[in-house]
Amino acid sequence: MNKGKSIHLNNNLGRRNSHLKRNYFKALMVFISAMVILGFIRNPYYVGVLVFFGINAIITTGLSLLMGYAGQISLGQAAFYGIGAYTSGVLTAKLGMPVWFGFLSAVLLTALIAYIVGIPTLRLKGHYLAMATLGLGEIVHIVFNELLSLTGGPSGFGNIPLIKIFGIELNNDFLYYIFVWAVFSFILFISLNLIDSRIGRALRAIHKSETTAATLGINISKLKLQIFILSAVYASIAGFLYAHYVTFLSPGTFGLHFSVLLVTMVAVGGMENIWGAFIGTGVLTLLPEYLRIFKDYDILIYGIILMSIMLFRPEGLYGIKIPLKIGKKKEQ
Amino acid sequence: MTLFDQFLQYTLSGITIGSIYAMVALGFNIIYNSTGIINFAQGEFLMLGGMLAVYFHNNLHLNLLLSGIFAVIIVTIIGILFHRFAIKPVQDQSIITLIIITIAGSILFKGAAMFIWGKDSYILPSFSGDTPIAFFGATIQPQMLWVMGFLIMIVLGLGAFYRFTITGKAMQACSYNRNAARIVGINVNQMVLLSFALSACIGAIAGVIVTPITLVDYDRGSLLGLKGFGSAILGGLGKMEGAIAGGLIIGLLEAYAAGFVSSGYKDAVALVILLIVLFYRPGGILVKKQEHLLKKF
Repeated sequence: MNKGKSIHLNNNLGRRNSHLKRNYFKALMVFISAMVILGFIRNPYYVGVLVFFGINAIITTGLSLLMGYAGQISLGQAAFYGIGAYTSGVLTAKLGMPVWFGFLSAVLLTALIAYIVGIPTLRLKGHYLAMATLGLGEIVHIVFNELLSLTGGPSGFGNIPLIKIFGIELNNDFLYYIFVWAVFSFILFISLNLIDSRIGRALRAIHKSETTAATLGINISKLKLQIFILSAVYASIAGFLYAHYVTFLSPGTFGLHFSVLLVTMVAVGGMENIWGAFIGTGVLTLLPEYLRIFKDYDILIYGIILMSIMLFRPEGLYGIKIPLKIGKKKEQ
Repeated sequence: MTLFDQFLQYTLSGITIGSIYAMVALGFNIIYNSTGIINFAQGEFLMLGGMLAVYFHNNLHLNLLLSGIFAVIIVTIIGILFHRFAIKPVQDQSIITLIIITIAGSILFKGAAMFIWGKDSYILPSFSGDTPIAFFGATIQPQMLWVMGFLIMIVLGLGAFYRFTITGKAMQACSYNRNAARIVGINVNQMVLLSFALSACIGAIAGVIVTPITLVDYDRGSLLGLKGFGSAILGGLGKMEGAIAGGLIIGLLEAYAAGFVSSGYKDAVALVILLIVLFYRPGGILVKKQEHLLKKF
């Protein structure tokens, strides 16, 4: 009996190591691909667009963990993004603190707020949870607008210092691109490991049925709260990256519109998989840039494309199967 | 103005805007009851109603009544088409997918409105002049009475529809249990279609009557939709009485907060109170906790 158990344990350990290796490889591949792509782009404007792709992908990775794996919706993710950006921005630009201090404060403050807010909010379900997170997002947005002395109100504030790493100031789009995609690859690595861990399996159990998960001894509310905080921290890191890249903040960036867009990115890519969020983020970040040529029609065409994706591919773009597999269908 | 007069004035404007929220919330509830989804394009029905009425009145020079009626009819047809081409093809998908589709629909409607009418704001003349009526220490715009009157008419009409007509009863049966309704021979698909038509119709009416007060532009729907959603949640999703209570409470809270606290924080005050209520009563004010736990989504 004992022997069997230990063999099982060993197997498990082996599997975990192989997961770790594979995830390490996947994250590295993402980073290398990003660098290869950089080699082909000469126009700094497009590099800038891809910097935003990376920043958005950090948020949607967290949101995908929350929505796709834990099964909880958040329509207030832009608020955590904003708290990260504003905390670091205000501390460094207005109070002259160093950038690393801004980063730490942003992450800690966001985690604290997510913790306090998460306890009552995550008890709600479905549409009620959507409304509560949406309300929280709007409240934060209003505070950014009204706290004139700190945030500059609706017109915002600027002069946020740049990030310095090993003595190199990240003062152009190319350097910042490398930095953002390195951060994203790291976050992706952590998230992939999380999914393969016991927590990831517990989360999927919660998604399928909370009651079943509870009877299996999973502490549902604690786990939901932890993932909520993690996703908020991811958003906050993205906010930090945004603040020190654009060096100017105004509340418009962090409104309900962006929260809805983030949820849409995850849904368009496919909620069941973390790579889905990545694909969805890519499509919805790059699409508006291409639609610019349509000028005033852009919203209309954007709406039509979004609608078509959801109608013809309701489960998301991830894992789309192109003709190759037609023969196989008969076997089923 | 004495404090009491101020209070009365805020109450009146709160009830007016609250009536609009209540109408939006009713629209949310009708669709939620028949499908279980939140239609994020609900606010867009209001916007389209207002825009079309302005178009008929200003460009085709129809009188107000005809403009309003045509606008409501067209938006109702848009609601039916929206269901037929966007919701019905994917109706077996998960709730969240359907909700994203309604978000896409709302972007689409907004884009179309911007394409047709541009980014300008438009106004419709008040239905019966602009002479304010004195009411104790406060004053009422005649249009405010129209808004309240329409809410009462819609509530009475809906009540009669649900209570006295066979279609209304069938719709209610669907909202209790769709499968059971199908077993007793109710055409559930038809009821879902009808619910989209009905909620688009109510949305358009609200849009037409509110335009003389708040103006209308292509982006006006989202915020009204959001407040209406808040009202529906506050009252308990799917509860018709809840929608009216929720709408009026949020309208009043906003008016008092704007008057007595600060107009910048008026939305925040209403939202904070909505959240506190939700934390204590997770299913809205009119839904018991046990009852809420039985709901699926």
